[in-house]
Amino acid sequence: MARMKFLCDADRCIECNACVTACKNENEVPWGINRRRVVTLNDGKPGERSISMACMHCTDAPCAAVCPVNCFYTTADAVVLHSKDLCIGCGYCFYACPFGAPQYPKVTNFGSRGKMDKCTFCAGGPEEDNSKEEYEKYGSNRLAEGKLPLCAEMCSTKSLLAGDGDVIAQIYKERVEKRGYGSGAWGWQTAYRESIAT
Amino acid sequence: MAKLFAQIRIIAGALALAFVVATAMPVAAQQPSSVNPTAAAVKEQQLLQQLNKIEGRGTIPDVKSYVLEHPAGRAWREYHSVTLKWIGGIAIFGILALLTLYYLWHGTMRIEEGRSGRTMLRFNAFERFVHWLTAVSFVILAITGLNISFGRSLILPWLGPSAFSEWSEWAKFSHNYLSFAFMIGLVLMFLMWVARNLPSYTDFVWFKNGGGMFGGKEPPAEKFNGGEKLIFWISTFGGGGVIVTGFVLLFPFYGTTVANMELAEIVHSVVAVLYVSAMFVHIYMGTIGVEGAFEAMADGHVDVNWAKERHSIWYEEETQGGAAAPGQAMRPAE
Repeated sequence: MARMKFLCDADRCIECNACVTACKNENEVPWGINRRRVVTLNDGKPGERSISMACMHCTDAPCAAVCPVNCFYTTADAVVLHSKDLCIGCGYCFYACPFGAPQYPKVTNFGSRGKMDKCTFCAGGPEEDNSKEEYEKYGSNRLAEGKLPLCAEMCSTKSLLAGDGDVIAQIYKERVEKRGYGSGAWGWQTAYRESIAT
Repeated sequence: MAKLFAQIRIIAGALALAFVVATAMPVAAQQPSSVNPTAAAVKEQQLLQQLNKIEGRGTIPDVKSYVLEHPAGRAWREYHSVTLKWIGGIAIFGILALLTLYYLWHGTMRIEEGRSGRTMLRFNAFERFVHWLTAVSFVILAITGLNISFGRSLILPWLGPSAFSEWSEWAKFSHNYLSFAFMIGLVLMFLMWVARNLPSYTDFVWFKNGGGMFGGKEPPAEKFNGGEKLIFWISTFGGGGVIVTGFVLLFPFYGTTVANMELAEIVHSVVAVLYVSAMFVHIYMGTIGVEGAFEAMADGHVDVNWAKERHSIWYEEETQGGAAAPGQAMRPAE
């Protein structure tokens, strides 16, 4: 069974935000919610690196562990999803997430937050696959159609890779060997407790 | 003529040399000096070690999103899922066990002389109102707050996911709104009773004799005995702690970072479970623990013999003035 992961090659990312735009469009993400974002380190200085970040779908997800109503679940592909019906908008998943993936639609009113929204690896939610209800709540379910997340598909430089962890780790390793440098798989140690030897 | 050609050759040679040198210099100047961008690039582990978080710049208004990674979230998860359960479990179940054992061993503290049938005023209407405002809010806050931390393990298996989520959502809103009632009650309570709760030597003696709870007569006590004063100060500081951290949690990211919010949650939950445990003792004492105690808060009047035995110094104060106006301090039981 595939174990789905994301890998952003920081040495290739040009901060074009195509991944961000693709995600927002494909999943009809509401205003103010950013499932995916690009963070630039050392902006303007030599050695500037940009990384595209959304939910990493961690092994032993911290968000799932701290949820007071246990609204998270992990699919057979190791994608971490949650149920918006059960979510009470307490905000704990955001505190626990090392990557800041959970987003909340409401910012006011005693921090009542509303229902949490996050990257779903384009795998929808607990509703029936590719149904209207699922699309309205969670966005598109590309995985059920046998496709990979749109952010990685739309990446202009193929820096963002998504798919089975072993496959994308292999691709990244080959790249690093060929070109002679690589700043590593950002977030892998924190999310999956493993790194790619380069 | 030969001399002229020689001069031209020298000048041409000098010019050619100058030309070659002039074009060569800029080429040398274009060599990169000491900057190697790839080598200057940051590495993930290096950044994590230095700062324990990785932060950069983004292009969207949500500033929180500029933090790429903060593994401290994992430490907080460990605290919330594991440590807090231990602290809470030991504190709450421990206190309940101790109270049960004490009650089985000692039973209710009786009025030695029996009831006299005459009563006197202990708490007026305002005092009772403030106490019950605080107490009822506290109980609901405690239940709804404990639900967030322990509900998933204890209640969810019984209610099932949908019903438990409905209940938890209602609980969350109650907790957020009732906190203001609790805050007002606690502030009023502090202002109302602080003068009567300042520690004194009498309390030291009271504690030394175990408050009469472990054999022996109850030592003399003022309006509030040593144990009650302790509860007052636990309430003041415990309540104050949960109120301050509660405000931080109620207005997330108004000047705070994720790390601040995590710290606020840690302090709020630890103080809350300890405060709840202490309140179990108070509730025990005020209900089944001491005969004749509950009516003090229920209608404000207590039996005279109860007052003589439990709060002898306060009884003397009240009846000294009462000697001049006995009808005010004491009255027959209805």
